[in-house]
Amino acid sequence: MNRSRTAVAAGLLAVVALAATACGSSSGASSAGTTKAATAHSAADLGGMDALVAAAKAEGTLNVITLPRTWAGYGDLMDNFTKKYGIKINDANPDGSSQDEINAVKQLKGQDRAPDVLDLGSSFALSAAAANLLAPYQVATWKDIPDAQKDSQGRWYNDYGGYISIGYDAGRVKTPPTSIADLAKPDYKGMVALNGDPTKAGAAFAGVYAAALAKGGSVDDIQPGIDFFGQLKKSGNFIPVGATQATIQSGQTPITIDWDYLQVSAANTLKGKVDWKVVVPSDGLYANYYNQAISATAPHPAAARLWEEYLYSVDGQNGFLQGWARPVELAAMQAAGTVNKAELAALPRVSGNSPFPTEAQLDAAKKVIADNWAKTVG
Amino acid sequence: MADLTSRNRRRLDLLGLLPFLAYVAVFLGVPTVSVVVGAFQDDAGGWTLSNLGAAAGDPYLHAFVVSTEISALTAAIGAVVGLAIAFAVSASPPGGVLRQVVSTASGVLAYFAGVPLAFAFIAAIGSQGLVTKWLGALGLDISGFSLFGFAGITLVYLYFQIPLMVLVIFPALEGLRPQWREAASNLGASRWQYWWLVGGPLLLPPFLGALMLLFANAFAAYATAAALTNGIIPLVPIQIAAVMSGNVAVGQENLGNALGLGMILVVALALAGYAWMQRRTSRWLR
Repeated sequence: MNRSRTAVAAGLLAVVALAATACGSSSGASSAGTTKAATAHSAADLGGMDALVAAAKAEGTLNVITLPRTWAGYGDLMDNFTKKYGIKINDANPDGSSQDEINAVKQLKGQDRAPDVLDLGSSFALSAAAANLLAPYQVATWKDIPDAQKDSQGRWYNDYGGYISIGYDAGRVKTPPTSIADLAKPDYKGMVALNGDPTKAGAAFAGVYAAALAKGGSVDDIQPGIDFFGQLKKSGNFIPVGATQATIQSGQTPITIDWDYLQVSAANTLKGKVDWKVVVPSDGLYANYYNQAISATAPHPAAARLWEEYLYSVDGQNGFLQGWARPVELAAMQAAGTVNKAELAALPRVSGNSPFPTEAQLDAAKKVIADNWAKTVG
Repeated sequence: MADLTSRNRRRLDLLGLLPFLAYVAVFLGVPTVSVVVGAFQDDAGGWTLSNLGAAAGDPYLHAFVVSTEISALTAAIGAVVGLAIAFAVSASPPGGVLRQVVSTASGVLAYFAGVPLAFAFIAAIGSQGLVTKWLGALGLDISGFSLFGFAGITLVYLYFQIPLMVLVIFPALEGLRPQWREAASNLGASRWQYWWLVGGPLLLPPFLGALMLLFANAFAAYATAAALTNGIIPLVPIQIAAVMSGNVAVGQENLGNALGLGMILVVALALAGYAWMQRRTSRWLR
C-alpha cells in the first residue's frame, strides 16, 4: 500500500507529539529472538513453545486493539494471559471497529504502540491479508480449526462467533417474541432496537441479514430485511437507538437485536436490575465468526504469537465460551471432552443451520444496505 | 528595550506567532492535505477520479442534499429566532440583568453540542424521557414525535443554533446607533421607513453573514446527529464515519476522503460568504 502521504502526516504528528515514544521504539525489540519471532510460522519455528514463551516474556508487552472487556469474554482472557505469562496488555480503542484496527496498523507502523494482534470481521481480514498487512502463523491446534474457517496460509483464522438473537426485558415485555416476524406486533411499539447503524456496525448489519432470511430473502437478497425494518419504523416499533448495556438498563431499548454472546453478557451484568432474556429467533438463523490475525509489522511479534497460542488453547477457547461466544474449536473440544460443559449449556438454544454468505454475497449485501438503508428506514 | 528597532520588533512578533502557525499546520494543514490527496487516490496509491465520482453518485449525493436541507433549515429558523431574541434584549437597558443572563446563556449554550446534547434530549423527550413521562401522566402523549428523525435533529440543532445567532448578531444590533434613528425621525421618517431605508440595509450583511456561519456550523456537526439517529438520517459526516471507521464497509477510506473534500468545499464556500459579509459590516460597525 502506498499511502506515503498519510504516512508522512502520521509520522510528522508522531514526531511532534510523541517524540519520546518514537525515540524509545525498537530499543529492546530488535533482539535476536524477536527478529526470529517476526518470521515464525509456528511455535516449532522458534524451537517450541518454551522458546516462544521465553521470547514473549522478554518483550514483556502485548498491544491489542478494539477489545471491549464485556465482549466474548475478552476481559477475563486478557487478565488471565497477563497472570499466566506476566506480559502486560495495552488495549487501544476498546470500542473501535475493524476499520480502526486496519487504520492503526497502517498509521502506527514502526512504532512501539502499533497493534500486535487483531480481531477482525471477515471481509477486513481478507482485505488486510491481500494488502500484506498480516503475518502467517499456525497455532498448535491448527488442525482443530475447520478448514472452511481459516486461511490456508494462516494469515487469519476464525476465533469465536455467535448467532443473531433477540433480547428482551421480561419485566416490560409481557408476551416474549420468539421470532423476527413477531417484532412487527403492535405490542412492541417503540421497543425494537439494533446494535448501531447497519452501514457501520457489524452486529446491526447481521441483524438486518437475519431479518432478510426471516422475511423471504436469502444470502443473495438482503432487501427484505431492510424493508422489514422500514415497516417497523413506519409502525413505530423500531427505534434507531444503538443498543448498549446502558440503554438496556435505562429501559430505552426493551427489545434488542444483537449477537447472542453480547446479550447473555448483558443479562449477567444486569442481573438484579433488569430481567434480560435471550432467544435465538426461530425464523432468521444467522451466525458469524470473527477472526484472529497477527500484524505483519507487530512491535512485539513473539508476544503476538503467544497470544494466539493462548486463545487457541483449551483455556483460551473455554474463555470465549465463558464470554458466551462459540469458540471455533468447539467441535474438536466436544470430541476431546475438553469443553466446559456447564458454560456450553448456558448458551441460548439453536435449532437449524445458519447459512454462511460468501465474500461476494456479503459485498453485494453491503452495497444494498449502503444504498437503501437510510432511504427505506429514514 | 531602547535599542530594539522596529524591524527586530516585527521579527520578534513573527517568532511569537510561530507556535500558532505550527499548530495550524499540524492540526489543520496536514490533515486537509491528506484528505484532499487521498480523495484523488485509489487503494493502491494510483491517481483516480473514481472516488469523486462515487461521492457524487447515489447514495452519497443524497446525503449532501439532506445535510444541506438540515443545515439550511436550522440556520434559517435559528437566524430568525435568534435575531428576534437579540432584538428584544438590545431594547433592554445596557448592563441590565436580562442582557447579562441572555449573553452568558448564549455563550454557554452555543457550544453545548455533541453527544451530551443528544443524550440530554433523549433523557428529556425521548421515548423514556422525563418530560415525555410527565406529559404522559398528565394525559398528553408526545411519544408520536420521533426525536430520532429529521424533525428531532432540527429541534436539537436549534438548541445551539439560536444562541449562536444571538452571539454573532448582538454586536451588529449594538452598532445601530440611536442617533441614526433620532436623525431619521427628525427628518420625518416613520418607524417603518427607518427600518426599510436605514436599519434593514445596515443589518442585512451581518444577518446574511450569520446565516452562513450557522449553515457551516450545522453542516459540520457530527456527534449530535450520530448519537441521535444511528444512521437513519444520511448526513455526510455520518456517511464518512461509516466508510472510514466501520465494521461493515471495507477498503473505502478514499471514498471517505472524497466525501470529506466535498464537505470542505461546502463549508469553505459558506465561510467565505461569512467573511465577505463581515467585511461589509465592519465598514460601519466600529
